[in-house]
Amino acid sequence: MAITVSRPKLNFRERLYLPAILSGMAITMRHFKNMLFGRTKVTMQYPEEKWDSHLPEHYRGAPALVRDDTGRVRCVACQLCEFICPPRAIKIIPGEFPAGDKFAKVEKFPHEFDIDMIRCIYCGLCEEVCPEQAIYLRKDYAITGFTRADMVHNKEKLLEMGGVMHGVVLKWNEKK
Amino acid sequence: MDFYFIATSLIKITALLAVVLGIMNYTVYAERRISALIQDRLGPNRVGPAGLFQPIADAAKFLLKEDFTPAHVNKFYYWLAPCLAMIPAITTLAVVPFGSTLFGVPMVIADINVGVLFVFAIASLGVYGIVLAGWSSNSKYSFLGGVRSTSQMISYELSLGLAVIPVFLLVGQLRLTEVVRYQIENGWMIAPFIGDWGNLHKWLLAIPMMISFVVFTIAIFAETNRLPFDLPEAETELVGGYHTEYGSMKFGLFFLGEYVAMITGSAIIVTLFLGGWHFPGVPDGSHGWGWGLLNIFIFFSKIAALLFVFIWVRWTLPRFRYDQLMRLGWVFFFEIALVNIFLMAIILAYFPQ
Repeated sequence: MAITVSRPKLNFRERLYLPAILSGMAITMRHFKNMLFGRTKVTMQYPEEKWDSHLPEHYRGAPALVRDDTGRVRCVACQLCEFICPPRAIKIIPGEFPAGDKFAKVEKFPHEFDIDMIRCIYCGLCEEVCPEQAIYLRKDYAITGFTRADMVHNKEKLLEMGGVMHGVVLKWNEKK
Repeated sequence: MDFYFIATSLIKITALLAVVLGIMNYTVYAERRISALIQDRLGPNRVGPAGLFQPIADAAKFLLKEDFTPAHVNKFYYWLAPCLAMIPAITTLAVVPFGSTLFGVPMVIADINVGVLFVFAIASLGVYGIVLAGWSSNSKYSFLGGVRSTSQMISYELSLGLAVIPVFLLVGQLRLTEVVRYQIENGWMIAPFIGDWGNLHKWLLAIPMMISFVVFTIAIFAETNRLPFDLPEAETELVGGYHTEYGSMKFGLFFLGEYVAMITGSAIIVTLFLGGWHFPGVPDGSHGWGWGLLNIFIFFSKIAALLFVFIWVRWTLPRFRYDQLMRLGWVFFFEIALVNIFLMAIILAYFPQ
């Protein structure tokens, strides 16, 4: 079915076009002026200005390993995070504490702990699944590197990012 | 043909080319910054202070890119087209007086008596670059761009040519230095009544001059393929128009050729209608080289102001539909320019000074 769209009847002033063009140019000039004198709010200039101080508490940045008060790596190499990780970014090689060690009761520690940050999707499942509260998603978001190898965070790097986490197991308290 | 003439000419050519190419690069920068400001953005502001080195970075990028020639193109014309796009735009500047005198040397490269005819003759060659690019690329987008540009440029050249006739009816000469001299003595073409407010003759002259100015400026927009007349390179319809198949510095030549054409067009508008290098109260170069330099500066300032208008219009108006474009060219501007010539002739014949 053909639909006839009726064209609006233009008066002389509209048919002349020039007034419309001039008013359009006035609008763009207003924008230009406001920008030029800094009266328009523009986007944040990223590398100079950052939103870091406004990041929410629940922000999910890069995952990192933490130490407890005694300086022990909290991770016990249970490999639950490795198992749950959807993109399989985590690789753990467990080691065992020798008998007689101060922490022998813990039994295991991660010999190697690699997170491939190219694969990581920042889902936070590793943090959620961890029974020991050893892995946390921190607020680092600008993870860059020149090679693929640079993008793999090893245990030292993860511990350096994580720092020390004080206190007892409070994992779900804040979410209750 | 003495040594003095050749030497000064060479110096003038080199200096003018350097200045124009510099302005061209910074017009691209200005276009990007001004468009950004109009659209509430910031634009390129990273390379150097306020992004001022951006053109240098762009040029380096263009030069370092691989100069790729597609297999399916007509090699000879494919290579010829970018040159033909750039050369006429620059050549036209030869006859434009860009200053009064400097150390007694007139600041115009070739003061020839066919002045504006030379401008039109050379500027029309610019269409060949685009047509050849569109045709030799052997691609339908390029071809459509080339075809569009042919009809558009030829249509608007008519009103371009007719619009300047009133100026020459008044001046009686085609020589552009004479046009500038006339404007210095009798007031700028666009507003001859300034400083001579009681003169009815000059008020009458301003009417056809204003019409001429508007028609000529719009025709220059169309000639330089600027929005709202950018159908030959309509990105949304034709990918890139006639330069779809071009890359690297060959694309750069098209891109920069458009800006040089803008500068040339502005220079001609300034010379014909806006008093050339003249500004009320500023003496010419015979009073000292400082004044001569100031005259050149005034000329380029006027060009810069016009370039701003070019950019401003581009980021305000949407593109015409093709039938609207043709109707505008043939039904409105052609007729207006034609009637305008009669109007001017009647004023000159029946309302003498």
